Amino acid sequence: MQLYLPIAEVSVNIFLILGLGGLVGVLSGMFGVGGGFLITPLLFFIGIPPAVAVATSTNQIVASSFSALLAHLKRRTVDLRMGTVLLIGGLIGSSLGLILFNYLKSLGQVDLLVSLFYVVFLGIIGGLMLIESINAILKSRKPGGKRKPRRHHNWIHNLPLKIKFRVSGLYISVIPPLLVGLLVGVLSAIMGVGGGFIMVPAMIYLLGMPTKVVIGTSLFQIIFVTAYTTMLHATTNYTVDIMLALLLIVGGVIGAQIGTQIGLKMKAESLRILLAMLVLLVCGKLALDLLLQPSELYSVTMAKPS
Amino acid sequence: MIRLALVLLALAGPLRAEKIVLGLSQDSVSITASFDGDDILIFGAVSRDAPEPMDQGGLGVIITVSGPDLPVSVFRKARRLGIWINTDEVEVDRAPSFYAVATSGPLRDVLRDTADLRNSITIPRAIRSVGSTMSDSEAFTQALIRIRTKESLYQMQEGAVDLEQDTLFRTSFRLPSNLIEGDYLARIFLTRGGRLIDEHNTVIPVQKVGLERWLFKLAHEEPFLYGLLSLVLAVGAGWAASAGFAALRR
Repeated sequence: MQLYLPIAEVSVNIFLILGLGGLVGVLSGMFGVGGGFLITPLLFFIGIPPAVAVATSTNQIVASSFSALLAHLKRRTVDLRMGTVLLIGGLIGSSLGLILFNYLKSLGQVDLLVSLFYVVFLGIIGGLMLIESINAILKSRKPGGKRKPRRHHNWIHNLPLKIKFRVSGLYISVIPPLLVGLLVGVLSAIMGVGGGFIMVPAMIYLLGMPTKVVIGTSLFQIIFVTAYTTMLHATTNYTVDIMLALLLIVGGVIGAQIGTQIGLKMKAESLRILLAMLVLLVCGKLALDLLLQPSELYSVTMAKPS
Repeated sequence: MIRLALVLLALAGPLRAEKIVLGLSQDSVSITASFDGDDILIFGAVSRDAPEPMDQGGLGVIITVSGPDLPVSVFRKARRLGIWINTDEVEVDRAPSFYAVATSGPLRDVLRDTADLRNSITIPRAIRSVGSTMSDSEAFTQALIRIRTKESLYQMQEGAVDLEQDTLFRTSFRLPSNLIEGDYLARIFLTRGGRLIDEHNTVIPVQKVGLERWLFKLAHEEPFLYGLLSLVLAVGAGWAASAGFAALRR
């Protein structure tokens, strides 16, 4: 069954889009990532114009994260205070990111930069997570092997402006979470993603938050940052396709519920290994696209009618 | 000046002894929610005041359909530091967003180069690229044609016009689903021995209708409202699904 999208101006198969939304929804629920780093390239692949794909996927992330967040709020696995600090950083970062994005656009190399960002960040994060998770599993398998406590003291605990984050059981400075939020905001504006794949590991390894609250709290931040980005796209570029978004959302919200259930039943370590492999897979695909000679050296972009 | 024009017109008179009478399967194309491309049938007849002139070469019919002209940028990738990046760019001033040509016979038989040049009939002639500083800008134009041909946006169909007894002609065009809105121009050329003897133009408006039209207008005229609407729908759908699943589990 075909549907013509009013903003993207292409005709798509309804079930293909629903399935795509569902797949990303499952991942969103399982890992607490918005799934933007998957959905945006997938939308390119089925022929949605890149500008529309980026803007619409931010709208879809709002919805799929919202239903997942509700599930987490019910289980009290959201640190609202930490979420708010991350959000403040995120909004500042997103605005900065947009300025940077438009500057790079004027240089004419924005596509390359987006790809490089994906490859570098996904590669580093995925690699680190994979190594860490494998080590953790190997240690837990050793009989009598004691698990190293993760919350060791480091330089982060010597910074000023300390606040008590009761849900996370932390007493740390607001500066690190603000900076994490800021970085994620910049990346989300440049890469068109929610930024969960950066934020989740940063919260675990940098801030030392317990894994159970990390997912809910990152969803909280992602919802508001992506909503802000959606509004920016809708009012400046007119590239949010409501029909495409609705199809992705219907598939995505169902997938997110299933994903949350799967996530609850799995061990944190195996969850992290899976996410690491997924991140590395996307990274590898994008890296190959940059390294191998493309079959078509030329590409056509519609210049904006002024 | 006017007298000169009248004289020229009088001279041109005998050449226009054969004229086009045209019909279309539809006057306009509506883009609805279920739009998945469309077929347009263009047909007509050649009317004559005199018997068919047999000494001036064979009769040919060429039909073109073109979408709105828009400027495009064509990029070429090259390997730099091990990765493939866009290194060269050529801006094409005007390229039709859709362009289809159908002829009644082999192109070199039905159309001379001079007539093609003057009326921009074939695909390369319909693309206007001037003032490019690139030494091989021709390659960029060819790439544009190659890419758009692959997407069925550019179509070259030699011999696709049925011409019966040098009088009745018909052809059909497949409009792909990735059409953009605007006035599409259908041009019908009548040639004899490759020389143009008559031309007939008609406009086929391609427009979104119903919900498609409403959403498109809202997005461009009330972008803030549209953005809010998309967010409200997103959050609403997210909440509804969550509530639905909770109810199911109980």
